[in-house]
Parts: sequence; C-alpha cells; structure tokens
Amino acid sequence: MTFLPVILWSDVLIWLLVLAAIVLGVLSSRNPPLRAAWQRVGRSRPGMAAATVLMAFVLVGLLDSLHYRPRLESREAGQPVAYSVEVLSLLDAMVTPLRTRSEKTYSQPLATRAYTKEAFDVRDADGSLRQVRDFPRLKFGGAHLGDDEARRDDDIVKRVLAAEALACAILAGIALGGSYLLARRHACSARQIWSALWRGELSVAWHAVLATLGLLLLLLMPLAVLSVDYHVFGTDKVGQDVLYQILKSVRTALVIGLVTTLVMLPLSILLGILAGYFRGWVDDLIQYLYTTLSSIPGVLLIAAAVLMMQVIIDTHPQWFATAAERADLRLLALCFILGVTSWTGLCRLLRGETLKLRELEYIQAAQAFGVSDLRIILRHILPNLMHIVIIALVMDFSSLVLAEAVLSYVGIGVDPTMISFGTMINNARMEMAREPMVWWSLAAAFVFMFTLVLAANLLADAVRDAFDPRLAGSS
Amino acid sequence: MSQDSQSILSVRGLRMGFASGYAHTRQVLAAVDGIDFAVHAGETLALLGESGCGKSATALSLLRLLPAAGRILGGEVCFDGRDLLQLPESEMRTVRGGGMAMIFQEPATSLNPVMTVGRQIGEVLERHLDLTGAATRQRALELLDAVGIADAQRRLDEFPFQLSGGMKQRVMIAVALAGHPKLLIADEPTTALDVTIQAQILDLLRRLQAERGMGMLLITHDLGVVAQMAHRVGVMYAGEIVEEAPRNAFFASPRHPYSQKLFAALPDLARRGGRLETIAGQVPSLAAMPTGCRFAERCPHAWERCRDESPGWHEAGESHRVRCHLMAEPGRAVAPVPRPVTLVIPLVDPRPALLAVRDLAVHFPIRRGVLQLTVGQVRAVDGVSLDLVRGRTLALVGESGCGKTTVGKAILQLVKPTAGRIELEERELNGLSRAELRPLRRRMQMIFQDPFASLNPRLSVGEIIGEGMSALGVNTQSAGRNDAVVALLQEVGLDPAAAGRYPHEFSGGQRQRIAIARALAVQPELIICDEPTSALDVSVQAQILNLLKALQDDLGLAYLFITHNFAVVDYLAHEVAVMYLGRIVERGLVDEVLRSPRHPYTQALLSAVPSPRLDAQPECIRLAGEMPSPANPPAGCHFHPRCPQASALCRASYPETSRLTATHAVRCHLFGSAEQNK
Amino acid sequence: MLAYLLRRSLYAIPILIGVNLITFALFFVVNSPDDMARMQLGVKRVTPEAIAKWKVERGYDKPLFFNAQAEGVGVLTDTILFAKSARMFVGDFGRAEDGRDIAREITTRMGPSLAIALPTFILGLYVTVSFALLLTFFRGSYLDIWGVVLCVALMSISGLFYIIGGQFLISKLWRLVPISGYSGGLDAWKFLILPVLIGVISGIGSSARWYRTIFLEEIGRDYVRTARAKGLSEVAVLFRHVLRNAMIPILTGVVVVIPLLFMGSLLTESFFGIPGLGSYTIDAINAQDFAVVRAMVFIGSVLYIAGLMLTDISYTFVDPRIRFE
Repeated sequence: MTFLPVILWSDVLIWLLVLAAIVLGVLSSRNPPLRAAWQRVGRSRPGMAAATVLMAFVLVGLLDSLHYRPRLESREAGQPVAYSVEVLSLLDAMVTPLRTRSEKTYSQPLATRAYTKEAFDVRDADGSLRQVRDFPRLKFGGAHLGDDEARRDDDIVKRVLAAEALACAILAGIALGGSYLLARRHACSARQIWSALWRGELSVAWHAVLATLGLLLLLLMPLAVLSVDYHVFGTDKVGQDVLYQILKSVRTALVIGLVTTLVMLPLSILLGILAGYFRGWVDDLIQYLYTTLSSIPGVLLIAAAVLMMQVIIDTHPQWFATAAERADLRLLALCFILGVTSWTGLCRLLRGETLKLRELEYIQAAQAFGVSDLRIILRHILPNLMHIVIIALVMDFSSLVLAEAVLSYVGIGVDPTMISFGTMINNARMEMAREPMVWWSLAAAFVFMFTLVLAANLLADAVRDAFDPRLAGSS
Repeated sequence: MSQDSQSILSVRGLRMGFASGYAHTRQVLAAVDGIDFAVHAGETLALLGESGCGKSATALSLLRLLPAAGRILGGEVCFDGRDLLQLPESEMRTVRGGGMAMIFQEPATSLNPVMTVGRQIGEVLERHLDLTGAATRQRALELLDAVGIADAQRRLDEFPFQLSGGMKQRVMIAVALAGHPKLLIADEPTTALDVTIQAQILDLLRRLQAERGMGMLLITHDLGVVAQMAHRVGVMYAGEIVEEAPRNAFFASPRHPYSQKLFAALPDLARRGGRLETIAGQVPSLAAMPTGCRFAERCPHAWERCRDESPGWHEAGESHRVRCHLMAEPGRAVAPVPRPVTLVIPLVDPRPALLAVRDLAVHFPIRRGVLQLTVGQVRAVDGVSLDLVRGRTLALVGESGCGKTTVGKAILQLVKPTAGRIELEERELNGLSRAELRPLRRRMQMIFQDPFASLNPRLSVGEIIGEGMSALGVNTQSAGRNDAVVALLQEVGLDPAAAGRYPHEFSGGQRQRIAIARALAVQPELIICDEPTSALDVSVQAQILNLLKALQDDLGLAYLFITHNFAVVDYLAHEVAVMYLGRIVERGLVDEVLRSPRHPYTQALLSAVPSPRLDAQPECIRLAGEMPSPANPPAGCHFHPRCPQASALCRASYPETSRLTATHAVRCHLFGSAEQNK
Repeated sequence: MLAYLLRRSLYAIPILIGVNLITFALFFVVNSPDDMARMQLGVKRVTPEAIAKWKVERGYDKPLFFNAQAEGVGVLTDTILFAKSARMFVGDFGRAEDGRDIAREITTRMGPSLAIALPTFILGLYVTVSFALLLTFFRGSYLDIWGVVLCVALMSISGLFYIIGGQFLISKLWRLVPISGYSGGLDAWKFLILPVLIGVISGIGSSARWYRTIFLEEIGRDYVRTARAKGLSEVAVLFRHVLRNAMIPILTGVVVVIPLLFMGSLLTESFFGIPGLGSYTIDAINAQDFAVVRAMVFIGSVLYIAGLMLTDISYTFVDPRIRFE
C-alpha cells in the first residue's frame, strides 16, 4: 500500500454523526409530523440558502476527516515499509500545492514578492557582488510568470474571467439537470418546473438553493483557479498559505460545533427526562447536580478542566504515536469539556417540558393500560421532545464555533499546533500591531468564520420556526 | 331592521378574513362573509353559533382588534353615526373602551397579572373620563360595588391572582363599564365559569344593561344563555348569519334547518333512551367554502338549488328573517323520521356491583415554609362511596374543583388513593403492585376530556389504538391486531383507512372517537368518561353521546360518567351522584335527583342551568360566593357558607347520610333528624 | 415571602459545598500534586527532591482527605481538602506562584474590573431593551425584519473581532483614544470609553433578539387585547402592560450576572490591558498558576449563587404572585 489509513477519534465521531444524520433523516421521513416540520424548513428561503452554504463547509470538513500516513520513499529495496509520521487527510492530498508551497514569511494576497524588504546579494554586470535591500521574489507566488511580473494583473483578470465562465457553465449544468430531475418527479415539463421554481411554488425553496449555489460558484471558482499559482489570501509569518489554513479550520470548527452536542445530548436527554418523569428525589438530585455545575462560570470551569487535561497529556507523552493524534485527543477532550459544561441548559429545558408532558392525557391513557415507564418514555415522551433537541442542536452549533475562537485565544482551546479559526486569530492579533500592518489573515478568518456562523444561525432560525409552532406563531 | 334610527350599532356587509399560506401562495380566506345586523339601545342581540363560525371574529372586527393575520375585507360598521372602519386609529381608540367595550371569555388570562385591580380600572377612567388621583380611586370603588364585589376597598389593591374566577370576570365587567360604553360586547362571558357562577354573572349583566340602557352584543354557543339573555337572536353558520329573529319567535319556531338541528341535538330527558339528532359532516373549512348554501352539505332537505345558489333573505314573520331556499319552496321539506323512544329504566338492579368504592380519599400534601414541611392537606376527595352495576351509567356531577376527576383517576390508580377501598368485582385494587394491577387494567379504561391532549401527535391512529392491546397482551399477533384495529374503527364510526393517519388530520369529534376506540381495544367492562363531550360543539356532542349509548347497549359497558352538564346526565345516566368539595352530597336515580332534588346545593345547581326553552325556566336559586378551596374547607357542613337554609347545626358538624328511598340518599341536616333510621 | 427567600438561601449552602468539592476534585484528584509539579518544573529539572520541594513550598505535601499522622482535629484539618479547599469559604485563597496573597490581589483588582463591567452592563441593558422595544413596536414592518437580520449578523461575529476591529478603527486609524492601558482616578474615562462601547455593541445582537421574542410572546397574550380594548395607545400598551410582564423572564437572565460583574471580562481586559480580575485570570491560565485559577473558580461560583439569590429577590419586586405568597 502507498499509504496507511489513520483513524483519528474525531474522524470516528464525525462519520458517526453523518450516520446519525442519515438515521434521523430516515426516521423523520417515516414520521409525518417530523416530516412536515422538515418540509417547513425546506420552504424557508433563508433556511435553504444557509443550508447550501453549510453543506459546502461540511463537504470540506468531511474531506478533511479521512486521514492517512503516506509511505516514505524507501531508498533501498528490501527495507521494511516505513510511513511518514505526518498524518495527512484527503483534503490535504487534494490541495497539495497549497500545503507544500510555503514561502519564507509574510506575503500579501496575490503578491509575487514578499511583504518585507530583505538584504540579498546581487551580481552586477561587472561580476561584483552587491548587497541590496529589496522585496524578494516569492518562490511560488506567481512563479509561472517568471521575470515578467508586470503581466500579473493581466494574468489575474484573464484567469478570473475564465473561472467565472466555468462557474456559469457549471451552474447552467446544475440548473438544467436539476429542473429535468424535478420535472420527472412532478411529471410535467421542465419549462413549467422552471417557472414554478422561480415563483417559489415548489415545496422546497430550490430557487434559494440555486441562487446561493450560483453565488458560491461565482465567488469560489476564481479563488480556486487563482490559488493554483498564487497565494490568494497571502501567507502568514512562516510563509504558510492562508487559504490552506482557512480550509483546515473548517474541520476544527465543525468538530467543536457538532461533536460537543453529541457528548452533551445523551446526558441532558437522559437526566432531563428522568428528573421530569419520576420527580421526587430523582428530580431533586438531578436539579442539584445541574444547579451546582452551572453555578461555576463556564469559562473558568473550562479553564480549570483544560489546565488539568494539559497536565495529563504532558505527563503521558507515550500515549500518542503522532502529533496529530495528540492534537486530536486534545480537541476531543475540549469537546467533552464543553459538552459537560453546557448540558445543563438543555437538561433544564427538557425537564420542564417532560413535567408538562407527563400530565398530558395521552400519557395517562398509557398509564391506564399499565404500559411500563420505559416504554412511555421511549414512545410518548422522547418523540415529543425531539423538536426541542433538534432546535438546541442547531442553536448550539454557532455559539460553540464562536466559543472555540475565544477559548483558543485565551489559551485553553485547541492544541496550538492545530489550525483553527481561534489559533488563526490569536496569531494574527500580534500582526495588527505591526507596521506596516498584516491584515489578510485576520480578514480571511473573519469572512469565513462569519459566513459559517451566520449560515448556522439562519438555519437555526428556520429550524426553530419550523419545529416550534408556538414561536412560529408569534413572529 | 326598520328601526335603524334607534340602533346604536348597525353593521352592513361586514367581511373579514385571515391571511394564510406562504409568500407566493398567500391568500386571505374569508371567515366572516358579508353579515348585517343592528343593535339598539337597551337591547341584547345574541350571536349564536358553533366554534369556527366566525362569531368572535365578528366581535373583534367591530373594535378593529383583529389578530395579526386578520384582515377586514369590506363592509361598514356604523356606530354613533360614524363608520368605524373608516376612522383613523387615534379616533378608533376613543371608541374602544369609551363608546364600545368588550369582555372576553377567559377572565383568568384577560387581566394583566402584575397590575392591581384598581390600576386596571383606573386606566380606563384616566383615558376616557380624564379622571385623576383620588377621583379615579373613588370611581373605581363605585364600579367594583356596582359589579357586586364585596370589600371593594381592599380588592382595589389586590392583584388578579388573588381573586376567584367569578370575581375576575366581575372585574372585567367593571373595566368594561368604566368608560360608560353605549354598547357592550360580551364574547362567551360565562363559558369558562361554573354554572352557579354563570348564573351570577348573567344576572349581573342583565341588571347592568337594564340600569344603563346599554346595547349588548352577546356571543355564545349556548342556547340556554340565549334564552335567558337575548332580545333578538342571530344564528351564524360558516361566516354568515342564516337566521335572525326575536327571541320568542326563535324559540317557538326556529325556521332554518340548522337552527332546528341545533335544538334537536340537545340532549335532555325527552330524548332519553332514543338517539339524539345529529348534524352529519362538519362545518366547511375556510379554504373550501361551497358556492351555494353553506349548510347544504349537511342539510337533510337540500336539493340542487341549495348547492348551486346561495339563498337570499326570506321574511318568516315579524322581523324574523331566514336565509334558506325552503322558505320559497316549502314543499321541498323532508318530513323528519320519528325516532322510537324507549323509556326503560330499571329501578333497582339486583346484580352485584361491578365497581364498589368505599370511603375513597385522595389528599395532596401542602408544603410550606423554609423546610417545605407538610403543613396541611388538600382534601381533593374526602370519603366518597359509590356502586356501579354492569351495563349502567353513574353520572358524577359537580363544579370544577369538587374532586370528581380525581375520583376517576384514583379508581384507575392513576392517582394514589390516600385511604378507602376500591373493589372491581370484589377484587381490592388499592395496594396492588403494578404487575398485579395489569390484568385488572384490561377491565377498566378511561376516556379523557380534551381530544387534543389525549392522543399522542407522533403516533399513527393504528399505533394509538394498538397500544393497549400490546401492553396488556391482547391480540399479540400483529395480523390479528390489525384486524382488531379495523374492527374497532368501524365500531366507532371511522373509516378503517384512518389507522395509517395521524391525529392532527382529524377533527375534535373524530379524535374523541379514536380515544373511545383505544379504550374499547382491550374489551373493558367499565369505562370512566371524564367530561368526554365538554370540549365539543353541540352537534358533535350528540354524535359522541349516541355512540356511547349504542356501545353500552351492544357491549353491556358500565360508565362512570364525570360531567358538569346536567343535560347530558339526563340523557345518558341511570344514576347520579352530586359532589361538592370532595364529598358526595346527594345520590340517587336520575329521576329522583333531577326531578326532586333534596340537597340545597343540588337544587341550586339545577336551577342555575340555563334552559334552552322559554317556558321551563324555574325560579332560580342564586348561590352566594364560590366553592371554597379544598385545602381549607369550612367547618361543619362544607356547603353552609353558601347555603340559603343553613342553621347552627350546619356550622357545627358535617351531616350523616340520610336515606330518603332505597336508592335516594342525601347528606344534609335538613333530613337528618326525621329519616335517620332509614 | 421571607420564608421563600430564606429557603432559597438555605438551598445555596449545599450548592456551594458541591462547587467546592468539584474544584477540589478537578485540581487534586484528577491529577496528583506530583503530576502538577512535574508539569510546572519542566522535564529537565524533574527530580524526586525537586518535586518534594515544590510540594512543600505550596503546602501540597499533605494527604488529600485524612491525615493519619496528625492529632485531634488535625486528622481532618491538616489535609489538602481542608487547607486548600475548605478554607476558601473564609476567604483564604493562599498564595499565587509569585508569592503574592491572592485575596489581596483580588480586592485591588476588583475596582478596574467593575469600572468597565458596570457601565457596559447598564448601558448595554438600556440600549438592547430600547432596540428590542423599537423592533416590537414596528413588528412585521421592514424595520423589524431588517432589525432582526442585523441582530443575527451581529451575533454571528466573534467577540474577538469586535475588539480587534474597534481598536483598529477608533484607536489606530482615528486615534481618538489610547489603544490600551489604565489609570486610576478621573482620567480613566479615556481608557474605559472604548471597551465599554465595544462591550455594548457586541452584546446587542443576541440580547435584543431574545428580548424581542419575549416581547412578542407577551404581546400575543389576552391581557394585551384587553388593554387595547380599553382604548390605550400602542405605546401605553407596550410600556405599561407588555414591558412589566416581560420583565419577569428578562430578569431571570439579567440579574443573575450582576454579581459576576466583579469578575470582569477575560477578553476585554486582556486586550485593553486593564489590571482587573479578568486579565488576572488569563495571566494565571497562561502561567498555569493553579492556585489562582482555583480561587477564581470558587469566587465565580459564589458570585453566581449570589446572583441567583438576587434574582429571587428581584422577582418579589416585579411579580406580585411571589410577593404575596
């Protein structure tokens, strides 16, 4: 084999989540009330636009969640196969140039020369060496131009135009293919479907999806085309491409936002239902537990827990084969700590709702049949709490992504070697004070993080409106 | 309509609707479609109709207080010589509360919970009468006196949660009266109240209207309230007024088939043993209004013309108008099929009781203070005994809070009884473990009040009905169970295809049928019916009562029927027990208790029920005050503070049971001395 | 009402004990003091003697729960549980790594923290409630729709960007106020104005949207319809009826944080170089000063519990149902 698959713990959890999403999808499609709620989400234009953007992020995150160690080129035959200690992902392989083409230090977006002057020797015509201070030529940025750097602007414009043309072509393909498929499903002509789509008469807001997709393609295609030969977002202090860092940050944000909920969901669902259903001393105990936990300010509890975790990791270096595994475990531990500190809110909510539900007449009817408590909880209570759980899941995602940035800044977030929005901002913060200022890392991190969180918030709103009839009525 | 000069309100062609649907498919569905009426000074016009017919929407349109989705589509509302629909909002505000005031159905939620009573009344006085400071308070005090609130001085500074339901509605009336309105709109003002309190409030409204010469628009679904209160009646159906008449003419001879059906669907003694008239089908939805007569689908007389052409107004007598094609072609009327009435009521049933309850008590602890120690007991049920024979119906009657529902739940062991014995065919239920109880649960089941809360929205109808069977091990094979579900659905009059559908697709009456099927699934012998029809419209109530009756005849079921509605008792029950504050105060055969009630409470309760007939209104015994809290019942006879015949003995001790006949017993000191020894 | 308040305060005691035990477990049971010593000393200097010395210096050389060698009450008091955890109840937090007394440090740093947190809190509450009321008043109009969109956008921006952006724009580009720093006395305002402003703006998004939801929920209630039927203007309905009822849920979220204002804000203080408790905590985290972090966790919980009790008290002011119970 040319590579050795590496299964990181977070990969397992991420793919488990994908599986869970599929199961949830199948379950929802079988249950009419849930299906109706998802259909309401499908009709929401902002919701579907946000979902499209999120899907793009998720795609990047999933590609970045298949890890392997490449085989080292063995110098001599007969030696045992050795694998690199560097753990790469499928995404890394796809964007290899971004990963490997490191400059020496800072360079501006699309630059062909470095950001700071450097002293280097120039051999004059007469053969004597002369020292000059100038902006050195970048090793990779615009390397294809050779010495003809003046051609850069033309080259960029040409490439952008070509990219936009390509984007339009792809978009047209998607639109035609999509409307053909829809037309077949609705058994009418593609032209009818096309006009119905733009009038928003279909049961899913496909026009929002299509418009968002178009916007994404038009914006990202030039980036992709240019990134082949330029550093579109510049490079950072050690010369690493900023676009690459952004792509890597996406997975970190997704893991924090999703795996954390995975940790806290079982805990809060179980305890919330137990407290609300059985009341009495069970309720007292669980209430005491979550009041106590929630009375420790979150950041401080996380800080304390992360400090302790660091001690464990630092005193047990033998547990980790690679740096990636260590960083991964730290990421998971952070998710776990965030989960443990954030389950109380949902638990309280579920307890309250269970208290209300258990007084409802259909629960009493079940009790009159002698249905066991476990069965009542599984059949009657849990399904009627699902909407709260789903709402909490999507609402928490954005706040967790934001929290990661703050925690990493404070120094209690992800491993400093792991690329995330938080570590990017943390590094870039010093650069703001530089003269001249290095702004591109921060700007790129801002734009992408804002897009991710905004999309998550908009989707959360759509989901909440669709699943909570009480709130939907008021607004 | 000829007296337009005297009318204070005249409405012409009013149309309003609700916006529905999403962005591009958005449309406004008319809920009120071109109605005309007028209200004169000193006159009460009752708008009568079932839920969803647009009567509340009409009332809110008059004040332009529609909810966010509501739209007024056209027409005019002339009040005080001005068209309210054309007024700017600022002038409309002087009309609201000033010229025209409104009281609502739910006194509990219609008052601001964090404002004192005095402030809530004072607000109107300041707004419309420009009163300030002490004058406001003085005037508010007078108003509270006027609506019959004792100790008004103290009540002014209290908050709504400190008042009982009846008092809250009195405060609402005081708020409405504060601006000296010429027209009072009362939207189901007594629907949320108990019957004795309803009588008080209706009296108050009648008195105030007479004193002040106000016009009143009374919105109600209750023919009994109409009979007591109205001068004229307008019957609404599906957004239209279909009949308008003076009260006497209306009650003497309702002319529209819908009005006639409403009367026929009322349960009472005359229809005992037979089946109640029902109105087939349902009110058409706003989205699918028929082009012709809106009642045609459900009308027994309907012919093609009714389906094609919306009928116009026809005069049917002195200011009596009807919108029905029958008035033009009376020959089309179909003669009603006379229904056989069998009056077979066995006097005493010699068989042993299926259910015997002895001295049942359910107490809930009250915890107070720093350490949450139990400082007292809410005696929700306090020594109830009753017997029920197979195939018979025992009605447990009482006002809300008397403990009747708790009795039902305690029998089913859904609430743990504090004391007493519950025997199902001589098998003691109290103290049994869950496993021991399970085989007995097959024999008794319950039907609940709220058809919307009693079905799990996430389960299909088939799963709901099958739940009991799987829990109790009936029909364990799935094929057999599916057949059983189909059979049950047919038995309660639903399409077998309903099994695959979900509760939200069904109307209230259909849901109640599903709930009945669920209870029947385990072939019980006893069904406890907890107000199964109180959330339903009259016509649907009749369907459910018919179904219950037929099931009893076919399957020999015994019903413990918990209700506050005497008309239903009269129709369905064999025996009655009247509860007051956790105890049964009188019990006996239906005829004994309803025809010759002996306990003063039963007498007052019966007389307070507004009768839907004009001739039969008995002298009403008005009870003072409201039922005390079961946490702190009065010493002696619980009823003595409200009893018109209370004596010193009543204040001292709770009366023992006195047997008047073999079947009729009462707990009252009036009968104690003479007939103590049976 | 007194019984209610008393009961709530009694309830705080087991919670405080629970918090104390949790911090103890986190700091001394999850990792042994030996582990901490190894971590602090670094790989090169780890020797058994160095570890022992490190532990003695900080008083971590005692047993965790029971000291079998001690006499009398010493069995319980001469332990880490008592010395490091239980003594926090009386305000004895021990010494930081630099040898300073933590309790004294906290009292001197409270002032600057409060100087930023309090104005931010009051101004922020005023601005967000007014904004939410504005949106509620114009509900359903374009102002409302775009206002909500603005809220969602504002809450999608990380707090870090607010600070970095604010510092860049106002201090670096426009040079209106110093970029960071602090001084006691009256001229502190020029150091405070920017952090307060940023604190207010960064809080608008989520709070205003939440308050708007609460207001809208109240506006749908029956008593509001009654108030309108009285002929009251929309403004009177909003301020006299809706606002007073909405105060009950709003207070739940707001009053509880008042005592926590003493703790300051981690981010703001560290970015602006304010010598408050927030930057103290951050410095301690970065220096892995366990004693300080432990003390801050405990103080934070005490303040939170105080906040819970304040909330209970504030309920009695706005909700007559509790006042008269």
